[in-house]
Amino acid sequence: MITKRIIPCLDVKDGRVVKGVNFEGLSDVSSPVALAKYYSDCGADELVFYDITASAEGRRLFTDILCDVAKTIFIPLTVGGGINTVDDFDRVLKCGADKVSVNSGAIRNPQLIYDAAKRYGDQCVVISADVKRVDGVFRVFAKGGRENTGMEAISWIRHCVDLGADEVVLNSIDTDGVKNGFDLEMLAAVCDAVDVPVIASGGAGSVNDFVTLFSTLPKVDAGLAASVFHFGEIMIPDLKRSLADHGIPMRL
Amino acid sequence: MVAIVDYGVGNLFSLKSSMDMIGAEVTVTADPDLIRSADRILLPGVGAFEDAANKLRVTGLDLVVVEEAKRGKPLLGICLGMQMLFEKSFEYGEHRGLGLIRGEVRPIASKIPQGLKIPHIGWNALQFKGESPLFRYIKNGDCVYFVHSYAAMSCDDAVIAVADYGAPLTAAVADGNVFGCQFHPEKSGNVGLQILRAFVEYPTHA
Repeated sequence: MITKRIIPCLDVKDGRVVKGVNFEGLSDVSSPVALAKYYSDCGADELVFYDITASAEGRRLFTDILCDVAKTIFIPLTVGGGINTVDDFDRVLKCGADKVSVNSGAIRNPQLIYDAAKRYGDQCVVISADVKRVDGVFRVFAKGGRENTGMEAISWIRHCVDLGADEVVLNSIDTDGVKNGFDLEMLAAVCDAVDVPVIASGGAGSVNDFVTLFSTLPKVDAGLAASVFHFGEIMIPDLKRSLADHGIPMRL
Repeated sequence: MVAIVDYGVGNLFSLKSSMDMIGAEVTVTADPDLIRSADRILLPGVGAFEDAANKLRVTGLDLVVVEEAKRGKPLLGICLGMQMLFEKSFEYGEHRGLGLIRGEVRPIASKIPQGLKIPHIGWNALQFKGESPLFRYIKNGDCVYFVHSYAAMSCDDAVIAVADYGAPLTAAVADGNVFGCQFHPEKSGNVGLQILRAFVEYPTHA
């Protein structure tokens, strides 16, 4: 049976890994290649690289780093950030990325999902959505969680899947950085709405949060986190062993 | 030298990098002479069967690969490259493969229980069906990375490993010097690298 995936997320700016709390107040953590190798060696099932650089120069630097990572580690790589055109897909896929996640680029132009899925295959396209409750309704936020688009999140995600996205990363802005567990309510709503893999993001603070995630929501395929891994608060081998002990299928 | 057949399908960056990582001398090429002079051949592939099979045929490399394999040169097909080793595929119609291994490629939906997600994507355990030189450095139950919606069927004699996805799906095949992996060894961590290493060390007589 397919195992549940544990995915560290590396936010990269100007060639370095950074992580913000609630998407603000970024702090430098480590070298992307060194960190990627470390995670691969300790059993991460996949890595997400998120390019938060704005400049063209930074983008080139990111692509170079991605190539270095893909020469060093041999597990699936998902790349996001600054993906606005099919050419952007091409740029990162050539560097060894396996999947590309779209967020603001798809909000501006949903057709991007369809075009990219047609050209590179559905399995290549991941929709990443930053979602926050506003007056009791799940709303999609753009620009790294700063701008309320006004769109209702569940119907937006379903629409993206219909267009060809084959995986959903759900980032709950409400739980992100709080380290008090994943947003189970929001995740359950997404799992009910789509039949493609769903990756939970935002809120992991302890091993137990992952156990609760996978035991409560068997339809969730993967758990993603950043700072708790980068700062060693959760060690991936311990996490995976603990999940396996709880009967969650794991690659050990 | 290992030749990775480049017929314009998919991205060969990771496969080339993984061969570099295990220290294999490797060239990515569409040159028939280079493929003929190689010690062994890797046939990659992603996307749709018909498109890939046509591209291979248009370049004439299908004949080169079949000739070399029949001379005894070790050949490893990966993902769609493995599916092309078979006689035919029923992906959107009926299409002829290279016919190096008996069997055919059909939708996994025809084999697995309803309700399971398609494609079969993610890490799954290999269940060995007998011994294979390809597995000399790995063990039964090791996980590898799959992404596919079609699988080889009616090929029991050649199956050397399956993966359980509600039903056993063909994960790896072998017939003499011809090998195939449905999964991506170049994305399967150290287990994948060890499978590639075993292939590179498989004795060649051609």
